[in-house]
Amino acid sequence: MTIIEARNITKLYGGLEVLHDVNISVQEGEIIGLIGPSGSGKSTLLRILDLIEPANGGELSIFGIDVVSERGRWLDLRRRMGMLFQRPVVFNASVYDNVAMGLRYRRAPNDKVDRKVKDALEAVGLSRYIQSRATDLSGGEQQRVALSRVLVTDPAILFLDEPTANLDPGSTATIEAIVAELNRETGMTVLMSTHDLLQGQRLAHRVAVMIDGTIAQTGPSREIFREPKNRRIARFVGVQNILPGRVVSRRGDLTVVEAQGKEILSATPPPASEVEMVIRGEDISLHRRKPGYEEAENLFPATVTGIEPTAPFVSVMVHCGCDLSALVTARRAETLGLDIGMEVWVSLQAKAVHLIPRKGS
Amino acid sequence: MVNGNPIIEGFIEAIELIVTLDPQVVEITIRSLYVSLTATALAALIALPLGALIYFYEFRGKHAVVSTLQTLYALPTVIVGLLMFLMLSNIGPFGFLRLLYTPGGMIVTQTVLIIPLLMGLTVSALSGIDRDKRYTITALGASRLQTVMTIIAEARFAVMAGVLLGFGRAIAEVGTVMIVGGNIRGATRVLTTAIALNTSMANYSLSIALGIILLAVALGVNITLSLVQRR
Repeated sequence: MTIIEARNITKLYGGLEVLHDVNISVQEGEIIGLIGPSGSGKSTLLRILDLIEPANGGELSIFGIDVVSERGRWLDLRRRMGMLFQRPVVFNASVYDNVAMGLRYRRAPNDKVDRKVKDALEAVGLSRYIQSRATDLSGGEQQRVALSRVLVTDPAILFLDEPTANLDPGSTATIEAIVAELNRETGMTVLMSTHDLLQGQRLAHRVAVMIDGTIAQTGPSREIFREPKNRRIARFVGVQNILPGRVVSRRGDLTVVEAQGKEILSATPPPASEVEMVIRGEDISLHRRKPGYEEAENLFPATVTGIEPTAPFVSVMVHCGCDLSALVTARRAETLGLDIGMEVWVSLQAKAVHLIPRKGS
Repeated sequence: MVNGNPIIEGFIEAIELIVTLDPQVVEITIRSLYVSLTATALAALIALPLGALIYFYEFRGKHAVVSTLQTLYALPTVIVGLLMFLMLSNIGPFGFLRLLYTPGGMIVTQTVLIIPLLMGLTVSALSGIDRDKRYTITALGASRLQTVMTIIAEARFAVMAGVLLGFGRAIAEVGTVMIVGGNIRGATRVLTTAIALNTSMANYSLSIALGIILLAVALGVNITLSLVQRR
């Protein structure tokens, strides 16, 4: 069942257009990762979907209810959702009173408040601080208080706005584990924004990439990482090599792309005649000698022009007519005995060469 | 006299006056506290709800109202004293209340004096609740009224600090109580006016004694203020 359906959402602040043409559809029980650079509109979109502020245009339905025409039901709908913000927000009161806030707004009976608050604090490992002033806790503890405060209200949809951006690895792991478990066990729908690609990959069933106020691509994280739709997405998901080329022919199922006199085979059907090849650094293998057997369709000699450690990997720049940046493990770099000026062999599978139409062509 | 330094003598006598609970000193101190505490309570009763209204309601000219209030913080007390004198005197519109030269008149005047300060500080205290907190309150499912109550509760220490500042301004000022109260012995004489009068009469020991008490009250307010702000 579709739990959130947004069409052509627009949001303006003053004259500034923060969101435009945002389309997203979320199924019940899904975890969606909303990734994108800072300032791309992720937080604003989450606030609009959580009915904290209205959009300036577009259609939005939540739990199957058209919220644009039913403004009177917002409070009611909002009470079936919850949101955790990037900066830990706690109120100047005890941890207990902080966690109880949402339940008290809903006029829950005291014994129920008491039971749920204690259970929730137990779950995030903060029981011993139950009577402490929440503002005295560390950032990570405050964020766990904030998470408990949301979870005690049993939201059907949980919005997480970069919930672990400022946290230590321990608190991050706790929060991730709780979210994953809730989704698995109670079928809670989760929308989580993050600029941490790995977190998106770890938790999300589907990833939506937000760039410049709109959703540029949606799909499983594997697809976003390997087959970004355009240059901006490719850059954002950390593709090291984006090379201009021209489609010259087809060879069997493969596309032959010419780039600076060199022919490279790609498994992507040609999207245009002028293309850009999107190649992830970790898909490029380096060898000291010409490999005797190699299943990769592209194999050619090259010269090492630069070596840059980016622990635990080493980024190796090679020249082979065009410049490529390969990502090898530090150990492999040691085994290869890499040096600037050294001759190496480069192998690259056709499947690892993704083609996108070149901008302006 | 060998030990005839009037300042040192004044100090010693002042301590005596305080320690022995000199009736005049006690009476002036109690009146001062009574007038300024009552004025602060009345001002808070009026200014806190008004300040909250200004903060929570969007209206045209809101910014101008807040700026005006902030300008009024620095209003000279003698100007307020003069205006209130004119209002309360026989030729003024409120002359029939017969409040001129009474503690009641002084209370009303000090109330008027610190209302802008309390309103302005209430607005600032509530504005101190940042956007993320307001989003959080909304996201937790608070109704309009619950939102208002949560924000006020969250700003309680900042609001209290504003009230204390208002009391500090009221008890320390001399302009309005002199003009409206008239510094009548046994009736409207308060710490500040008594100090001014006794100093000009070279009655230093009483001035110093009252000065020490006024300083102690100011210090007490400040200590409470810093305790409140630490919360």
